[in-house]
Amino acid sequence: MAKRTVEVELSTTGLDAQGRPQRVPILTDDGGGGLALQAPPAMEPDLDGEHMLINIGPQHPATHGVLRLVLELDGETVVRCIPHIGYLHCGFEKIGEYRQYNQIICWTDREDYLNSIGNNVAFALGAERLFGIEITERCKVLRVIASELSRIMSHLVWLGTFCIDIGAFTPFLWAFQRREEIYRLLEKWIGARLTTSATRVGGMAADIPNGWMDGLRQFIRTFPHTLDEIDRVLTKNAIWVGRTVGLGVMSPEEAINWGLSGPMLRASGVDYDVRKDFPYLDYETYDFEVPVGTNGDVYDRYLVRFEELRQSVRILQQAADRLSDGPVNIDDPRIILPPKSKATSEMESMIHHFKVVMEGPRPPIGESYFAVESPKGEKGYYMVSDGTAKPVRWRIRPPSFVNLAAIPKMVEGHLLSDVIAINASIDIVMGEIDR
Amino acid sequence: MSRFEVVRTGASAPASQPVTQKGVSHRGAEANPSAKALQDKFGAAVRRVEVIWGETVVFIDPASVHDVIRWLHDDESQRYDFLSDVTAVEYRDAEVPIEVVWHLRSLPFRRFLRVKAQIPKGQPLEIASVYDIYRSADWLERECYDMFGIRFSGHPDLRRILMWEQYKEGFPLRKDFPLRGRFSRSEQLRQALAQNPEARYSMEELSIADAFAELPEEMRARLSKGERTGE
Repeated sequence: MAKRTVEVELSTTGLDAQGRPQRVPILTDDGGGGLALQAPPAMEPDLDGEHMLINIGPQHPATHGVLRLVLELDGETVVRCIPHIGYLHCGFEKIGEYRQYNQIICWTDREDYLNSIGNNVAFALGAERLFGIEITERCKVLRVIASELSRIMSHLVWLGTFCIDIGAFTPFLWAFQRREEIYRLLEKWIGARLTTSATRVGGMAADIPNGWMDGLRQFIRTFPHTLDEIDRVLTKNAIWVGRTVGLGVMSPEEAINWGLSGPMLRASGVDYDVRKDFPYLDYETYDFEVPVGTNGDVYDRYLVRFEELRQSVRILQQAADRLSDGPVNIDDPRIILPPKSKATSEMESMIHHFKVVMEGPRPPIGESYFAVESPKGEKGYYMVSDGTAKPVRWRIRPPSFVNLAAIPKMVEGHLLSDVIAINASIDIVMGEIDR
Repeated sequence: MSRFEVVRTGASAPASQPVTQKGVSHRGAEANPSAKALQDKFGAAVRRVEVIWGETVVFIDPASVHDVIRWLHDDESQRYDFLSDVTAVEYRDAEVPIEVVWHLRSLPFRRFLRVKAQIPKGQPLEIASVYDIYRSADWLERECYDMFGIRFSGHPDLRRILMWEQYKEGFPLRKDFPLRGRFSRSEQLRQALAQNPEARYSMEELSIADAFAELPEEMRARLSKGERTGE
């Protein structure tokens, strides 16, 4: 249960003692028969300090969605960065005020769409706090499996696209191949790949089908091999290290003050993980470690997310071992739909079915803020109820929105090409930022 | 490269492992000790304390928001160093005032506190910004302004963030704003088509590298006649 710091060891040739990429010195004849270091080339003359205005996005493959950055450049160095967001704004929070709680779950899919099933779980947990429901043991374990599968999926997309941004193509293919397996598992379970809508207030939309756990166990068994492969080609690769070390550094104090969360915060050396510090779904009973970086740069964010993949596999293994038989949904006809066969044959079940569908479950007056550790960071759902079937306010605390707000600070002083690497290291999803 | 000391959460908390909350009661769970400390320190500025579903809500006087949050951030016995969220709530009942909500976390103590300030009916929607305490308030307050029209005084750059700057329909999350927007679809389309390419940049951005001076004469004339720019 103890939290662990992953020591960042850099032992690649081409790096100095501090882990910075080192230039191979070019030696020239010093005229006396010996060799001498060549003088560094003179800097290009300053073009009267003239700055340049550069626009990246909103339609640009390296901005991971419709993000637009307006940059002021001095030569190739970024002087100022002005981000523009909102191109994908759909008013989710407004729409949520006109929907019943179970209907909102469909909207949570579309917000952080790389982590759709994780959002479903988070929203259902928040709504259950508001309703005062205790879910069943089997449902808890299934939700842990869902959350961790979704964390692996999201991190694999991040890893693949980050590699492409930096110029490595192969790990992208490996990562997406494994992600496809998770999608197939989800399709068997829920019937959908991306827009899962897997949870309901008080339970799940469906129990896992027969033989599903075999597929999961096979994935748990084989997935670490892929991780080892990617680890082997990336982690000590001098190009990879050279493109990521020392970029976008945030100190722990800065990271906390800027509100960073998730791997961004942990890479800066703060071991805040909602699963450990404000646990839910009995996460305190699972044995896993929280990787923490010590340099707060892009490379540390890569290491932290990479280690999280391994830890998620550990959690999945434990969850698969402890999954017990029993009901998935709570036994409350005011909240959970009756089985279809009963709804069409028994009067009472039909009434319950009608009430749940047409009127929707009603929570008592109150409010709750439920935060989970999403792959991007602390994702919170704040719901306020006035006793009716629709929330007065449904607020999403979007982790990548707050993380992205720090991009002007992180890119200033770096090169234009590093902006892409730093932006990729934040792991943004515009669907969540704009909502 | 400098290495950071790892910051441990819960370092100031008594040695207890946090566990999943079970059987949380609707009202009457134990309040966060910070609520008592706030009442002792600020007296009448703390209007009331509620505990809903195990979460402590402190209602404070809107005029003392900045002082209270500054104290919560700075005081050694509180250390609320992490601002999770800034948002607002407007109720369907028009009699209930709009609430501004701050969700604060203390990482060293592993505490969570919700601070609320009610803006009385009929008063301008204005409240102190906590930007100088938490930099994370930057975009969160901008979003709150964008969606509710609450002005955070002291915020250095309070402008719309999700909607574009020329957006004229109002503040979308207010209850008097219809779900489909105030303008008709054709009017929304007409406005979108009427936008000029140079209007994609704010005046501040156009000042970079003398971009404004290089615009065609006709565009410059339009912009200097007060046509709004920026998104």
